[in-house]
Amino acid sequence: MSALHFREIDGRGAGFWALAVLLAAFLAAGLTAAWFMEHIGHIITGMTNQVVWGMPHVFAVFLIVAASGALNVASIASVFGKVAYKPLARLSGLLAIALLVGGLTILVLDLGRPGHLIVALTHYNFRSIFAWNIFLYTGFVVVSGFYLWVMMERRLNGYARMVGTVAFIWRLILTTGTGSIFGFLAARQPYDEAIMAPMFIVMSFSFGLAVFILVLMAACRGTRRPLGDDTLMRLKNLLGVFAAGVLYFLLALHITKLYQAQFAGAEAFLLWNGGIYTVLFWFGAVLLGAVVPLLLFWLPQTRRSRAAVGWGAASVIVGGLALMYDIIIGGQAWPLSIFPGMRVSSSFYDGVVNFYAPSLPECALGLGGCALALLIILFGLKLLPFLPESLADEVVAPRAAGADVRAATSSA
Amino acid sequence: MREDGAADGGCDGNRRSFLGIAGLVTLALAPGVSLIAYAEGAARKHAGAGSQRRWGLLIDTAKCKESCTACVTACSAYNGWKNEGRPTDAQWIRKVQVTDPSTGFSRSVPLMCQHCANAPCVEVCPTGASFRRADGIVLVDRHICIGCRFCMMACPYKARSFISENLSGQRPWAPRGKGTVEACTLCVPRVDAGKVPACVEACAREGAGAMTFGDLHDPASDIRRALAAYPSVQLRADLMLDTGVRYEGL
Repeated sequence: MSALHFREIDGRGAGFWALAVLLAAFLAAGLTAAWFMEHIGHIITGMTNQVVWGMPHVFAVFLIVAASGALNVASIASVFGKVAYKPLARLSGLLAIALLVGGLTILVLDLGRPGHLIVALTHYNFRSIFAWNIFLYTGFVVVSGFYLWVMMERRLNGYARMVGTVAFIWRLILTTGTGSIFGFLAARQPYDEAIMAPMFIVMSFSFGLAVFILVLMAACRGTRRPLGDDTLMRLKNLLGVFAAGVLYFLLALHITKLYQAQFAGAEAFLLWNGGIYTVLFWFGAVLLGAVVPLLLFWLPQTRRSRAAVGWGAASVIVGGLALMYDIIIGGQAWPLSIFPGMRVSSSFYDGVVNFYAPSLPECALGLGGCALALLIILFGLKLLPFLPESLADEVVAPRAAGADVRAATSSA
Repeated sequence: MREDGAADGGCDGNRRSFLGIAGLVTLALAPGVSLIAYAEGAARKHAGAGSQRRWGLLIDTAKCKESCTACVTACSAYNGWKNEGRPTDAQWIRKVQVTDPSTGFSRSVPLMCQHCANAPCVEVCPTGASFRRADGIVLVDRHICIGCRFCMMACPYKARSFISENLSGQRPWAPRGKGTVEACTLCVPRVDAGKVPACVEACAREGAGAMTFGDLHDPASDIRRALAAYPSVQLRADLMLDTGVRYEGL
């Protein structure tokens, strides 16, 4: 059995710095966009008084949801005692923090008055799920950071299970809080379902693992570190289950809505005649988010293909972003039912499907947040030993076969 | 040198003792001064607002003419907002044409913040910027509104607007600013001065007198007597928000 060693990546090559510069350029574009949005106002975005949350929220919520899901790999190792996941746990923690910081940065910079952020940190209305989320998000970064410390400091490894359990419960509550932002919105027909909370949890499993797989593959490839087939196929199978889980929750959500006559119009809009939103649902969320990855992962022709794993994970991410767009924008595009059963019209766009077209600045801000997350991951890998020198099967497999029971307390 | 030094020393000593005394006095007085300031601020904030009253509006849709927009014009003029037809423009009040598709029966309905007792905007606001006065008027405290727009997502009436660009020509009594959310205030400065909201006044003057403003808690008020005598509805009554604005003839 080969020993498992963690080591920083070199990060001195042209490839590393080219990637860093590219990401920094995206981040700079995002910050510039945020400055213009703050200076000129949201008039330069596609957001209006009808569609009040736009592209920044699509990216932000995706990243925040993916962040909690990315931590799952560590949880599987520490909390559920699966030793095969242990070598991946540190990277999982790094991704969780990086993705959350990226998402939160977008959210904060999109505020009407980002300069008043201090108000959000000093004035709380505890009846607001948003206020709770401020604690849940910042707390998640702290808990994940502490979890990483416990995993990386040999003397503290014994606490990994305890801290990991706290982090796992925290992340479940966090994603419940994120899903509840929409689930609690009784005024809007496409939302207002308790299933939003567990659906967001399963979405986080799927999106977070997809990002994790791609980062892992890229990091191993970029640093020429071995990544065993067993490890990759194990992650792939898990992602397949999660992607199918998202599909199941979408099915349950829409069947519940379809069963009630009051939601017939909203459901027809989202699933049948809603233009871009219908296309994004079927071709984005369903096809790219679930069907394509499932076929790539389990068809006999591609099931052992490493490239298929990468493409499948990428497909989950694209489908996930499409689903986020569908939920956040599509949910607002459908008009409010202020006079149920009546036909309405007004100067304030009552009764009509609300138009929304994302503008360059808001896309730049969203992509800037993604770039920030990736920059944190990139420099995190360079500065601290998050990644094992080898994830070859002969390094990982004996540990997996040998001592699942000891996982909780074995050294990382 | 020594003399200078001694003189300096004496001066330093005086300054030190003066600063020390000043510091002690400040320490002793500050809490009291702060309390007084807080009490004055609190008194100002709640001046005219008491839970013994609950301000409300009753709109008789049978009287409201489709062609009349006096309420909208008056609100816009008094509060300083302007609708230029863009989806980003604020509209504190609007006329909605409501038609029953199965019968063709149609009504023109003024729609604004419904000043709910259980206001979703107040519930969801993370900082407490959306708040409900003791007399039932729902307002936005612009000092602590961070512009997250969660209240706009939560409002079932689309009564709120977000300011997307720099403004000019604001009215001193109606603070408005880029990056914050705003809505009908029931013309709170007028109400606190004992007047009726601008829309109600305009409706009585130029329209058909379709709007009645008054204290929902006062059994002798016009609004309360009208509510007791004729059937009225709350919009989205299924949400149980206990709106301060009621409609007749819908």
